[in-house]
Amino acid sequence: MLAIDCRQLVKTYPARPPVEAVRGLDLQVQQGECFGLLGPNGAGKTTTIEILEGLLRPTSGAVQLLGRRWGGRNDLAIKQRIGISLQETRLPDKLSVMEILTLFRSFYRDGIEPEEVMRRVSLQDKARSWVVKLSGGQRQRLAVACALVGDPELLFLDEPTTGLDPTARRQLWDVIRSFRNQGRAVLLTTHYMDEAQRLCDRVAIVDQGRVIALGTPTKLIATLGGQEVIELELTGSAIQDDSPIVHGLSGLPGVHGVQREQARYALAVSDAHLVLPRLLEWLSGQGLVLGSLGTRHASLEDVFIQHAGRRLTEPADDA
Amino acid sequence: MTRRRSPLAQLILARLREFWREPEAIFWVYGFPILLVVALGVAFRSKPVERINVDLVGALGSAVRSVSQILARASHPGDLEIRVRRCEEPICERRLRTGKTDLVLWVKAGPIYRYGYDRTRAEGRLARVVVHDVLQRAAGRADRGTVLPDREEQQPGGRYIDFLLPGLLGMSLMGGGLWGVGYVIVDIRIRKLLRRLLATPMRRSHFLAGIMISRLLFMVPELLLLLLFARLTFGVVVHGSLLALLLLILLGAFTFAGIGLLVASRARTMESVSGLMNLVMLPMWVLSGIFFTSDRFPDFMQPAIKVLPLTALIDAMRAVMLEGLGLATQLPQIGLLVGWSVVSFVLALKLFRWS
Repeated sequence: MLAIDCRQLVKTYPARPPVEAVRGLDLQVQQGECFGLLGPNGAGKTTTIEILEGLLRPTSGAVQLLGRRWGGRNDLAIKQRIGISLQETRLPDKLSVMEILTLFRSFYRDGIEPEEVMRRVSLQDKARSWVVKLSGGQRQRLAVACALVGDPELLFLDEPTTGLDPTARRQLWDVIRSFRNQGRAVLLTTHYMDEAQRLCDRVAIVDQGRVIALGTPTKLIATLGGQEVIELELTGSAIQDDSPIVHGLSGLPGVHGVQREQARYALAVSDAHLVLPRLLEWLSGQGLVLGSLGTRHASLEDVFIQHAGRRLTEPADDA
Repeated sequence: MTRRRSPLAQLILARLREFWREPEAIFWVYGFPILLVVALGVAFRSKPVERINVDLVGALGSAVRSVSQILARASHPGDLEIRVRRCEEPICERRLRTGKTDLVLWVKAGPIYRYGYDRTRAEGRLARVVVHDVLQRAAGRADRGTVLPDREEQQPGGRYIDFLLPGLLGMSLMGGGLWGVGYVIVDIRIRKLLRRLLATPMRRSHFLAGIMISRLLFMVPELLLLLLFARLTFGVVVHGSLLALLLLILLGAFTFAGIGLLVASRARTMESVSGLMNLVMLPMWVLSGIFFTSDRFPDFMQPAIKVLPLTALIDAMRAVMLEGLGLATQLPQIGLLVGWSVVSFVLALKLFRWS
């Protein structure tokens, strides 16, 4: 049985013109899998996850969680088995960590004791602290603790680490990993590529309400044709027609793909050290002048650029 | 697997804790009504008229002198002290107009008396009667028949503070119900906490019941405190049954909590809910007889005034507290309150914006 099975999901918000937040999205998440929805702001990640969580009704499409569909008597049964952390929830300022977890625990038939949940997210020392006194990372861990307290089989986390410092992010990753390691499923959204790459077993790259790439991070990067990327920028004479340049770069031995963005080019290569001498030779032969040159490992960002034709981190309209 | 606590009890407990940890809320709920009782009780304490101010106008001659002596020596008729002052006519008239004197007495040889006073002021009319009586007695008029010593009564119940207290109780119930429920719900909605709670298997009925019950739990001690305070400081007593009063308080708290729920059922911002609440409360503040009896409004308005929940609540509480009547005599008011709560609840549940 799939943890999440979602087919041809569509969500259109009535407006003039109608806003198509999700346009035919398919997702299958296995038990024991940490699945990431990766995409820029406004890609439809939050709308998708809120439909899966039962908080929004889809315009069309089918959703099954743990073998059940939302609606009627199923609602409470599903809610008993899933845990949720929303993108922004301001928990009551003047309740303590312990009190909030006890409150959330009381909603679930079966669950974990608040003390145990606090230990899992390393908040034992803060049991008696009011929410208003917690740091951003501690609040986020409390939000995840509220999601864990019902001992769910399936965990939804919407942008769990946004705005956290690196230490706080790593602490939260540990919590998520240990949950996954119990054989349970996690669906999280993020716009951090490194998070998706390190934390998720599989990733769906979402843009404009559709899945544009799906697979394990390693496989997705492998589709670029190379593990490394050479980035270069040309200066000098205004380049009117760049297709000969793209064509020429693609023709170099060892280059598997070329992405262009104005005067910047990114070459997907298997071995940068073998390609570089040939590249420099070709450039000087063409009379082209380098503005900058660098190499790095390929990332999911490159996958996104390849499919969407732009950068993931570009400022986009907020969701 | 583990011991499970009641979700309803936890929701109520959370509300109570949040309330107790908010010092300002404590002040507005518990301190403010008491301050209001003190201020109004002191300002409007019913004290009898103790002194009559009389201004004498007339050329200083034997007539004026004799009147002035008679009035000064008059042995405090009915515990009243008469203070006489001679002054020029224009000054006296101005003093009369501004309420600094109660009576102007023109005296001419003869003696000829003429009284000037403001007919709309009780003090003026009292001064006219008393001064005339004193002067006539001095001139030899005698009482006919036998007048036994006065039997004086002063019972709590007829004072302004006695009248005011039920009004203030009603006002607290209205404000507490509307703000306590309406504000809290909109706050939870704005924080997206409502959304988060809905993602759990929490029952919606538990959520609403938790807010209502915690509100009742704040209100009852508040009003009992107010009653006790008024008893200790002003000697205000409840003539009817305390249980009947408590039932009315509970019914009132419930009704206004229901109206608060209705007001907050759609509102998405604090501004919109505050505006709606003032819209609902303002007519009742003015019309429902908190500070003065609503009978003062013209007859054609009375049907509309009587149908307001606060009017019904205050009328019923006054009947129990001041007249000692039982609940059976207040069935129309009670029915009206029950009607308001049922309608508010049903509408609120239909309209409530959960997401």
